[in-house]
Amino acid sequence: MIRLYDFVLSGSCYKVRLFLSILGQGYETIPVGFYPAKEHKKPEFLKLNPLGQLPVLRDGDLVLRDAQAILVYLASKYDQSGHWYPNEAAARGRVSMWLSFAGGEIMAASAARLHDVLNYPFDVASLRESARKAFVILDDHLAEQELFDCHWVAGPEPTIADIACFPYVALSNDGGIARDEYPAIERWLIRVMALPGFIDMPGVLTPWPGEATGEQAV
Amino acid sequence: MSNDLDPATRDQWYVIESREDLRTDQPRRTRLLGRPILGQRSTSGAVAIHEQSEDGDSLRELPCVERYGYVWTTLGAPAKPLFDMPEFEEDGRHLVICGVLTVRTSPGRIVENFLDMSHFPFVHTDILGAEPMTEVTPYKAKLDESSGELWVTDCGFYQPQAMAASSGGAEVDYRYRVAQPYSAVLYKSSPGKAGAFDLIGIFPQPLEETACDVHCFMLVYDDISSYEGMLQWQQGIFLQDRIILENQRPARLPLNPRAELPSRADTSAIQYRRWLKNLGVQYGVA
Repeated sequence: MIRLYDFVLSGSCYKVRLFLSILGQGYETIPVGFYPAKEHKKPEFLKLNPLGQLPVLRDGDLVLRDAQAILVYLASKYDQSGHWYPNEAAARGRVSMWLSFAGGEIMAASAARLHDVLNYPFDVASLRESARKAFVILDDHLAEQELFDCHWVAGPEPTIADIACFPYVALSNDGGIARDEYPAIERWLIRVMALPGFIDMPGVLTPWPGEATGEQAV
Repeated sequence: MSNDLDPATRDQWYVIESREDLRTDQPRRTRLLGRPILGQRSTSGAVAIHEQSEDGDSLRELPCVERYGYVWTTLGAPAKPLFDMPEFEEDGRHLVICGVLTVRTSPGRIVENFLDMSHFPFVHTDILGAEPMTEVTPYKAKLDESSGELWVTDCGFYQPQAMAASSGGAEVDYRYRVAQPYSAVLYKSSPGKAGAFDLIGIFPQPLEETACDVHCFMLVYDDISSYEGMLQWQQGIFLQDRIILENQRPARLPLNPRAELPSRADTSAIQYRRWLKNLGVQYGVA
C-alpha cells in the first residue's frame, strides 16, 4: 500500500494527491503536522527526509522525497497509458525541463503564499516579482504551444509536467498574485481541471459544471 | 491612544495568540486594531501584554486573560468578563487549536461568513453540503436580552461529512453564538457522541480594518481521528473559505441595508449587520 506523508494545505503534497487520483491509485494518508506544530522539522521526520520537507512517499521499501521525483516514480510504475511520462527522448527532456521549472521558478508563488497565509517572514514583494516573471514565461510558452495545437506544457498530451506546474499557479491568489495578465495560463488551468480524476484542494476554484472549458477560448 | 476606536470595537476581548505558542523564547509581536502589541511570557510563566508605539516603546500594559487555550487581551474596558464556554469543563472532549491564518478582509466579513450556511454545498462541496440539498430551511436569529449576545438557532443542514469523525452523511443541527461582535462559536450535533454538541469557534484578531489573524479552535468528541487528522480537516475547510472571503467587495462589511444589494438576504446576515449597527461599530465596516 502506497503511503503519503501529507499536509492538507501543501501545494506540493497536492501534486501527488492529484496524480494519484488521476491514476485511480489507492493510498494511505499520513497527516504530518506542518502547521502550527512544524513536525516536518523535528528529528522523527528528519529521519524520513533530512530536508525536512513534504511530501514523502513510501511504497514498499522505497522512500521518496520531492514531489517531482514522486510523480516520475508513480507515472513510471502505475501509468498504463504511457503519456504521463513518455519514453521518447525529446519528450522526456521537455517533461524534465518543466518539472524543474515547477520545483524551481514557480516556487516563488508558493513562498508568497506561505507569507500571506501562514505569516512566514519573507520579502513578499520580491517573491511576487519573481513569481510574475515565471508566470510570464509559462504564459508565453503555453500561448506558443497553442499555435502548434498543443494544449499542454510539454507536448500534445498531458504529462506529469502539467501536474507539477498546476498547484502553485492555481493557488497564486493565496499569495497575492492575480492572473488577469496570463490568459494562456487561465485556459490551461481550465484544461487541467477538466482531466478525468481531477480533484481540487482548498484555494483552488474549479469551474462550475457548464462553465467555459479551455477549448472554447482559443 | 485608543480613543478614536468606537467603544463596541475597542471594548472586546481579543485573542492574540494560543497559550502553547506564547513561550518564553517566542514572544508575540503583532497588531491589534492597528496598534503594535507585544505579548511575552516570563520564565515564571506569567504573561504580560503591552501596547507599543510604532518605534517599539511600551505605552501601557494591557489586561490579559489565559483561557480556552488562548491568550486574550483588550485595548479598552469590556463591560463583562470573557464569555463562558462551560463545555471546556466537560470530560472526553478534544481541544484542537488550529493555528493562526491571515485573511485580508474585515472581522465582520469573517464572522458573517462563519454564520452562513448557504455556501456549504458550493464552497465545502461533499463535506459540509452537496447538491441538490442546497436549501437553507428557516431558522431564527435573535439578540439574547440577558447576555447581549446574538444567537442563531434552529439551523439544520444535510452534510456528507459533518466532522472529521463522520463516516457518512447526516442531518446536522446547528446553533451559532456571536458572543462578541467579533467572536463566534458554533455548536453542531456531534457524530462522536449522540445527543452532544461539538464546538467550533473563530476569533478574528483585527491587525488592521481589512486584515485579520484568525484564531480557530474545535472542541469535539472524536475517538477515531488522529489529532492531525482533525486539525487538517478544519484547516482545509478554513482555506476553502479564505479565497471566497478575500474576494468579497467591499472588504469592510456594509451595515447600511441599502448600501449593498440584497445578495445577502439571509436572516443571519441581516441580523448580524443590524446588531453591529445598533452597537455603533465603525471599525472595519462601510
